[in-house]
Amino acid sequence: MRSMILAAAALAAAPEFALAEDAEGRRIAATCAACHGTAGHSVTKAVEPLAGRPKERIVELLQAFKTGKKPATIMNQLAKGYTDAQIESVATFYSEQKK
Amino acid sequence: MSVYPFKRRDFLKFAGAASALSLVGCAGTEPTKARVVVIGGGFGGATAAKYIRMWDPSIEVVMVERLSEFTSCPTSNLVIGGSRKISELQRSYSALEGKWGVRVIEDEALSVDTAKRVVKLQRGGDLSYDRLVVSPGIDFMFNEIEGYQSALADGQVVHAWKAGPQTVALRAQLEQMRNGGVFVLGIPPMPFRCPPGPYERVCQVASYLKQAKPRSKILVLDANQGIVSKGKLFQEAWSSLYPGLIEYRPQSKVVGIDGRRRTVKAEFGDVRGDVLNIVPPQMGGAIAAKAGLVNVNKRWCEVNWLTCESTAAENVHVIGDATQGAPGMPKSGHMANSQAKVCAAAVIARIHGAAPNPNPVVNNTCYSFVSATEVVHVASVHQWDAAKKTIVPVKGAGGLSPARNRLEADFAWSWAQNIWADMFA
Repeated sequence: MRSMILAAAALAAAPEFALAEDAEGRRIAATCAACHGTAGHSVTKAVEPLAGRPKERIVELLQAFKTGKKPATIMNQLAKGYTDAQIESVATFYSEQKK
Repeated sequence: MSVYPFKRRDFLKFAGAASALSLVGCAGTEPTKARVVVIGGGFGGATAAKYIRMWDPSIEVVMVERLSEFTSCPTSNLVIGGSRKISELQRSYSALEGKWGVRVIEDEALSVDTAKRVVKLQRGGDLSYDRLVVSPGIDFMFNEIEGYQSALADGQVVHAWKAGPQTVALRAQLEQMRNGGVFVLGIPPMPFRCPPGPYERVCQVASYLKQAKPRSKILVLDANQGIVSKGKLFQEAWSSLYPGLIEYRPQSKVVGIDGRRRTVKAEFGDVRGDVLNIVPPQMGGAIAAKAGLVNVNKRWCEVNWLTCESTAAENVHVIGDATQGAPGMPKSGHMANSQAKVCAAAVIARIHGAAPNPNPVVNNTCYSFVSATEVVHVASVHQWDAAKKTIVPVKGAGGLSPARNRLEADFAWSWAQNIWADMFA
């Protein structure tokens, strides 16, 4: 219980750092938001929303863009800029967002 | 807030458990009430304000912006070309207030005392801060071009390099120009806001003149050695789509204007024109210098790209066009939006006394309309380099469109909708 209270105190003091892995996912997602919307909530029909899509599907797509297996106008160029770990964390983040 | 339902709920639950156990006197149970002041409500400032509140609602954010609404520079060349209306490029600050709880003050920041951590406002009232985010964009170095300011005041020259009334004025001048007239575009030496912007403007003006006033000419006086961005793609568009319409002169710096005679003085002789669109050399927005943050070539603000913290003053972050960019980092709205998120995370970390994220990432995507319906892009991803202690482009990532195409026109307009929503909605 004591550790629980300490955890609560730490959360209250620094919600940003309570879940470091989630923070990394949302920071990477923030770099995608200009085209894909805040937290994957695109406001256009041209770009479909990423929020709430299965993690495995997002990883698969990004890796296909990264390796050049899947052609694209721009995502094949951008995906090459991210590490595999960053792709994992951003996919986790998007999969956890409400559609 | 609906974006992080689980975390938010967990946070409230734990906070509630803590207070139920009466941990009175424990500072950790009280939410922080630090205040962040953001100067500027453009791509950098508005994004930073929203993201700080979205990621940590315990922080108070006050944004100072002198204009009552936002007008986007990206896509404003389409207003000049005639395929979009300026109202389509404008957004209100109301959701930043109503949805995100940012206090938006319509006023001008006159000065900053970084020692006392106070921003002085024009209409009175001082704003104290725990941390300051300065995102003032650019201001023009009018004195670099003789006669510019009086010609600008008389409407004989426009820059249209801050979107708004100047954009509308340039469109009106083009509409009034005679068929057979000469449009002169002056491009300043790098670095300036939006490197591909002038060349996209040439395309948009050409697109309009080709259909409305085909006997007219475009004369481009570029202070640089050549086209500074997407060079081959623009050259191809100019020669294929607008043959005979455009004369491009590299290494032709504009040094003066005689507004009454409609004459532009370039380093290698004078030229006359009917519409003069001369873009002056630029520097970080004036408040940056007043706050003592300008420390590169008397024009730009140096920052530590790990956190976007100024190297000139403590507790201050600078983002956007006013910064001295890291290598390969363009002055673009997209980049400012991306920097703003590195900045927001760093602001939150500093306020909580935590270490900043050791691996900041930014990217850039820039679409240019070479006609009303075709687009070319340049893109890049930039990651922290621990050895170089700065953010550098990832080798092998990013690149250009292979050729102009219609598909990316949809993506370009979609980009605009989404980035504006990311800033304001």
